[in-house]
Amino acid sequence: MSKTLRIKKGVDIRLTGEPALTCGNAPNPKVVAVQPTDFPGVTPKLAVKEGTQVQAGEALFYDKTYTAVMFASPVSGTVKEVVRGAKRRILAVVVEADGTDNAKDFGAWNGGDRDALVAHMAAGGAFATMRQRPFDVVANPADTPRAIYVSGFDSAPLAVDTGVATEGRMDDLQRGIDALGVLAGQGGVHVGTRAGDNTLAGLNGCTTTSFSGPHPAGNVGVQIHHTAPINKGEVIWTMGLQDVINLGAFLRTGRYTADRVVALGGSEMNDPRHIRTVAGIKLSDLGVQANAGARVISGSVLTGTSAGAEGYLGAFATQVVALPEGHDPKFLLTEGWLSPGLNKFSMSRAYPTWLMPKSKQYTLDTNQNGEDRAFVVSGQYEAVFPFDIFPVHLIKSIMVNDIDAMEKLGIYEVAPEDFALCEFVCTSKIPVQSIIRDGLDALKVELG
Amino acid sequence: MKAIHNLIQSIKPHFEEGGKLSRFWVVFDSLETFAFTPGHVTHSGAHIRDGIDLKRTMFLVIVAMIPCLLFGMWNIGHQYHLSLGQTSDLLANVLVGAWKVIPLIVVSYGVGLGIEFIFAGMRGHSINEGYLVSGMLIPLIMPVDVPLWMVALAVAFAVVVAKEVFGGTGMNILNVALTARAFLFFAYPKQLSGEIWIHDVAASKAGGMLVDGYTGATALGHLAGTVGTAADQASAATMSLFADGGMFSLSNCFLGLIPGSVGETSALACLIGAAVLIWTGIGSWRVIASFLAGGLVMGFLFNLIGANAYMTISPIHQVVMGGFMFGMVFMATDPVSAAQTDTGKLWYGFFGGLFSIMIRVFNPAYPEGVMMAILFMNVMAPLIDHYVIEANIKRREKRLAAATA
Repeated sequence: MSKTLRIKKGVDIRLTGEPALTCGNAPNPKVVAVQPTDFPGVTPKLAVKEGTQVQAGEALFYDKTYTAVMFASPVSGTVKEVVRGAKRRILAVVVEADGTDNAKDFGAWNGGDRDALVAHMAAGGAFATMRQRPFDVVANPADTPRAIYVSGFDSAPLAVDTGVATEGRMDDLQRGIDALGVLAGQGGVHVGTRAGDNTLAGLNGCTTTSFSGPHPAGNVGVQIHHTAPINKGEVIWTMGLQDVINLGAFLRTGRYTADRVVALGGSEMNDPRHIRTVAGIKLSDLGVQANAGARVISGSVLTGTSAGAEGYLGAFATQVVALPEGHDPKFLLTEGWLSPGLNKFSMSRAYPTWLMPKSKQYTLDTNQNGEDRAFVVSGQYEAVFPFDIFPVHLIKSIMVNDIDAMEKLGIYEVAPEDFALCEFVCTSKIPVQSIIRDGLDALKVELG
Repeated sequence: MKAIHNLIQSIKPHFEEGGKLSRFWVVFDSLETFAFTPGHVTHSGAHIRDGIDLKRTMFLVIVAMIPCLLFGMWNIGHQYHLSLGQTSDLLANVLVGAWKVIPLIVVSYGVGLGIEFIFAGMRGHSINEGYLVSGMLIPLIMPVDVPLWMVALAVAFAVVVAKEVFGGTGMNILNVALTARAFLFFAYPKQLSGEIWIHDVAASKAGGMLVDGYTGATALGHLAGTVGTAADQASAATMSLFADGGMFSLSNCFLGLIPGSVGETSALACLIGAAVLIWTGIGSWRVIASFLAGGLVMGFLFNLIGANAYMTISPIHQVVMGGFMFGMVFMATDPVSAAQTDTGKLWYGFFGGLFSIMIRVFNPAYPEGVMMAILFMNVMAPLIDHYVIEANIKRREKRLAAATA
């Protein structure tokens, strides 16, 4: 029986368009992109040119600093385009699939020491999804982390269901966990599960802790904080549940695996459901049918990126959400700040909807619901931020670029996603997540 | 509503850069965003946002003040007619009150928002909503017969010196409305200690129309007069006013049937406001509850000491008199000038309440201790937060030391 921890702070935002617990296979991808911008901390160096033929698992680019870490093509095909942005920054490497399942064979893993395993994973693209804290960046393969944490569930709105995501893949998950056990330091491997859900109860070789309570209970940062918080100087690695499964599959077959079970949801999504595909697939190939004018998000509504139907599924994304855009101005009496607000969701009880049952689902649009202001209201962030950290003071220390204060106030433990709800609830509409990202980047530069 | 939207859009070009009226862009922008929450969509971070904004927040604070405002208006008329020994009905009372209060509100908003517009125009940002609340608070904490030019001056001082020089809404250290009140208190002590708590009381007195026993002083003014004198005849006479059936009996003070600043007299109206603020989550229950606790504790301690007549007033009676309740509900809870950490709010509120009672009893020169106490705690709030945060930092350092040991 694993320990259960109750997360009290946070909020579950119930949105309409919940994905059904059915899972079909998406059509074979025609175009796939690997986007270096999905991997914070990575400076990409191209390994291919436009027109290069690649097999699945062959490197498209690698990291400038950790040159061993390869970022692999999920499919076999031809490099169609290298999309660049300002200052020639590489935004995406687009591969046109040839429909075959040619894949580079890295050989099945038959055991070996830690260094060999790291090298094997890095070469085969299976290390690219390993993240580290502090800084929430792609892990340095030369480090030995104190522990490796895997969150076994996603508590974000409209999230993928753990049972669906792991169905038929428990063997690979166990294999992946075993491999993480080789990589982790004395702290071992930790898996956080949702209290009451026994899907992951049979896992061995790891410490499982179950968490109850609202979002962000499923955030790995919250789970770390409530089991063994990160101190200055420590390194923790984290990996997504589905990436651990893919790691297991890679070790079993020797072929790079980037499978994804994705939850399609949101009020503008037709037929919300789960679907099995590969990371990086073009969303229009995925069969996503969103209503015209909707915003199509790769990732969750709190942390994802607005991709559009012509965009791609992000490397870490396990959901695609379609929401109505909120371009229309809202008249004060009917929908604005003086309205009764019977369809408005708020943490603050300023609208009467807080009297409704918690299970009531809302159709929220992308309107910011107010203008940008300075900090005025206090105590809001704290109500949705389950860390023993003062969020507003940490944010202010980042705004004034006070590295010393950031360290003292506990920036090592957090990632932007942990502040997503703070950003959601903010009366003053402060861009909290991007501030935290800036702070982590500044600290990383400072510490080398 | 579509028509309003079209009208606004049709005149918008005149106010945009290059238009004839572009210098009034700030005015236009604030009116447009007042009528319509703009169609701004999220561009970074979370794609959906909470329904609350600063306008809604401030509006709810105004709603919470409505009982105080309405009761205050009625009470001005009520006190006026009492002082003349006349009976009066609801309408007559409210008319007298409205005659006094509406000009105060007009001057407060006119001067305050005028200055805000100028600063917003100079700085090129939109108008913040902070003054919506300050502008309503200021009339409510003014003596009934305060000259309007003094109000205008106090508002100008408070908005410029307490707020805009620090950067505007969200940046101020002191509560803006209390700064306005404190400015009057120190700049015009003579006028402010005069007979301005009941409408026209000075004129009534001069005309010999005043009912016997009416001095036009507030409860705290009477009590301040007892300090420093032994428990003799004079103070006994004053204390009788506070006994059951007296002018300042517990029930009169609780209901607010006493002279005082416009909106502060009724503890009941203030508590209704507190209920609204706590119910909507806009006001911090921590501040309100701990402030009340602080006041009661100090009142109780004074009871134990009992060195003079003032100290023998019961704690409950202490907290329903004067501006204590109003300050507790509407001033101490100002999130910008209060402590910002949860633990800090408890200390901030407790000492605010404690000092309110302590100052009014110890120093008769400052009958209204709550103003001084809250301004003092405004200044102390960052220090309180500092220690709360230091404790958090220490905890983290200890954890690190344990891990590396």
